[in-house]
Amino acid sequence: MARYLLTRALSLGLSLIVASVVIFALIEVIPGDPASYMMGLNATEENLAALRTELGLTGSAVERYLGWIGGMLTGDFGTSYTYRVPVADLVVDRIGVSLPLAIYALTLSTLIAFPIGIIAASRRGTWADHGIMGATQLGIAIPNFWFAMLLVLLFAVTLRWFSAGGFPGWSDPLAALKALTLPAVALALPQASILARVMRSALIDTLEQDYIRTARAKGLSRGQAIRRHALRNALIPVLTIIGLQFSFLIAGAIIIENVFFLPGLGRLIFQGITQRDLIVVESVTMLLVFAVILVTFLVDLAYALVDPRLRRG
Amino acid sequence: MIAVEELSLAIHTTPILRGVGFDIGPGEIFGLVGESGSGKSLTALTLMGLAPRGTRVTGTARLDGTDLLGLSEAQMCRLRGNEIGMIFQEPMTALNPLQTIGAQVAETLTIHGKATRAEALTIARDRLDRVGLSHLPLDRYPHELSGGQRQRVCIAAAIALNPRLLIADEPTTALDVTTQAQILALLRSLVRDDGLALLLITHDLAVVAGMADRIAVMQAGKIVETGPTAQVLARQSHPYTRALFAASAHVPARSPLHVPEPLLEVERVHRHYPGPRQGLRRGPQIEAVRGVSFTLHRGESLGLVGESGCGKSTLTRAILGLDPVQSGDIRIFGRSIVPHMPAGLRAGIQVVFQDPYGSFDPRWRVDRIISEPFHLLSDPPRGENRRARVADALTAVHLSPDDMDKYPHEFSGGQRQRIAIARALITRPKIIVLDEAVSALDVSVRARILDLLAELQAELGLSYLFISHDLTVVRAITDRVLVMQAGQIVEEGPTATVFDAPEHPYTRQLLAAAPRLPMVSEAIT
Repeated sequence: MARYLLTRALSLGLSLIVASVVIFALIEVIPGDPASYMMGLNATEENLAALRTELGLTGSAVERYLGWIGGMLTGDFGTSYTYRVPVADLVVDRIGVSLPLAIYALTLSTLIAFPIGIIAASRRGTWADHGIMGATQLGIAIPNFWFAMLLVLLFAVTLRWFSAGGFPGWSDPLAALKALTLPAVALALPQASILARVMRSALIDTLEQDYIRTARAKGLSRGQAIRRHALRNALIPVLTIIGLQFSFLIAGAIIIENVFFLPGLGRLIFQGITQRDLIVVESVTMLLVFAVILVTFLVDLAYALVDPRLRRG
Repeated sequence: MIAVEELSLAIHTTPILRGVGFDIGPGEIFGLVGESGSGKSLTALTLMGLAPRGTRVTGTARLDGTDLLGLSEAQMCRLRGNEIGMIFQEPMTALNPLQTIGAQVAETLTIHGKATRAEALTIARDRLDRVGLSHLPLDRYPHELSGGQRQRVCIAAAIALNPRLLIADEPTTALDVTTQAQILALLRSLVRDDGLALLLITHDLAVVAGMADRIAVMQAGKIVETGPTAQVLARQSHPYTRALFAASAHVPARSPLHVPEPLLEVERVHRHYPGPRQGLRRGPQIEAVRGVSFTLHRGESLGLVGESGCGKSTLTRAILGLDPVQSGDIRIFGRSIVPHMPAGLRAGIQVVFQDPYGSFDPRWRVDRIISEPFHLLSDPPRGENRRARVADALTAVHLSPDDMDKYPHEFSGGQRQRIAIARALITRPKIIVLDEAVSALDVSVRARILDLLAELQAELGLSYLFISHDLTVVRAITDRVLVMQAGQIVEEGPTATVFDAPEHPYTRQLLAAAPRLPMVSEAIT
């Protein structure tokens, strides 16, 4: 187990280094001078020079790379060109929205997907299965921004249960959760549909395995065989999808964040790009990469918890 | 103890079992023999109440007076594992890979509420000791065990509650002969010591001949003959029994050509694999083949026998040029294929694998499957000529040329193996490697395929390298035999000599472990 952890952790570190080099190189190869690109045509020479220093564009590529990495390791992400505040502050604010939203959506999606996936698999071929498969097909097909707008129309405009958008901050946790509910539901619907389908097919595969027959021969009922033997085996492919979905949710909520006017990471990076704020783009991208790699690492750990065959490797 | 009467079963409207009846007493071993599709496994699953959905069952199956077929699912759950235990064919997949063996044996006890978890583990320890696994701790996972050990774990779980009836469905078919002999001995001792009744289901007459007190021969959902084992085997009053017996011991008529012209020469071949990864490093390398040498002559049939893991598959892959060898030389028709097989040689050596289901692309027509090796030729026949060659190959394996426009799923297992042989013949090779080519077939189908192989060899002057774990088959079809153990050839000689007077202790052990059919005069006719 310790060896498995060590190899996974090493691979995590290596991935981060490779990713940071790639991001740094991408920013480097943008043609022309990033500073004049950012300030536009009318910038004065002094302003450009000041921005270059601020961007860390002076010195050799290696020095600049190490400076950038070193800054991030000590929490210094640079100062946003458009907002004129440290990027770190911006990011912390935004993570306070994006991360809870992602966790909220993923929790909802798992809570919906697991039971209906299990029901569909254990009643394969019945009307319940067909109904669930049809519903999940619909869930995948509906664009989530459109679904989000429907939610707003129904629950915010007509019923007035939720506000149509905005985020009050975490000073009142209940109000904050309430503000995140509609976006989380909008995000969770397609994710839950996909996850339920994966759960169903993984469980159907598992139920056809010989060890389920062995379990039945020992006197387990169908339900007991599913609970005690099939579920944990089916969890392995499901974990993979959960990991991918979580990574997507952290950064991929751009559209939903825009629909609900949520100050999240997705919107930050979107604004960064439209306003040519390379400092924000560079740092937030690196942060997102870090989040994705970290989630992958956590999924690897979860595999090892589920599957004893991996613990020795 | 268990009395089955007039058991019939239909899946939707297709009758599968028709009036099956037998009874087994305490301490008795009852063998149910039949070929695939005869309904023997379904009979067992019906007794367990585990027949697939959509089946209609009639008749009775009384376990000490209780009719199993009349019980509800909840009542059957209480009975399974408690009164009736069952083990299956595939020990490699029969255990949950995520649970320890101790937990899986103990589960039989806890699920029936017969013991607390701690007590159950103590009993599990006792049962694992009983099946000969006292050296294995309870917290081992299935992947750490061999196939034979896993089958022992399955047995331990099945007997955990001392059931009255144990059903064993092909319990040793997936195992090597020596392991098979040990598992059969274990089952026998359980029956004798604990007085449980054993229903032993198998396709292998030799296995039941040495095990069962009484047997029943099953064909197409019916029991065609039943009685004490010795009597059934001696009298063989039903034609199907006779046919089955003859097919099991079938020796194709062969007239070996002896041309001392080496076609395949294997010289001190070593094949190593990198060891399994251990963290960032690799473990010690695995020496799968260690200095093997032999020669295959024109028109000769050479057997290669050994148990799983002995390196015979690795050696086969090296001979086919699929894997590199670390040292030594392999020459085909006098030309070395080390390190790479010259393009022209591939067409001269073809292979037939074990699984007639897995080795074809289901979306390809037979025509395309058979003509695929043509890409090995520098000037492959095209158009009408190509179809004529495919038709010839189909005719050679006794299929109809019209079959070339069909898909693989339209054929039975035996017919598919004929297609595989046709594919191997299409480039007119001189050597055919038969890698467990008849191991997955029923005995009657196997007998016909062996006849076909003998006939093709005589007609086309082919050389066979016949790789198998099945000693009966190797004896029937080969002139010379190599016995392989742990990557080395331990004995080599004319087949009859090696089988009748084995010299190496390992060969003797293999032969002793192989179940044998009693030789009966009627069997020859």
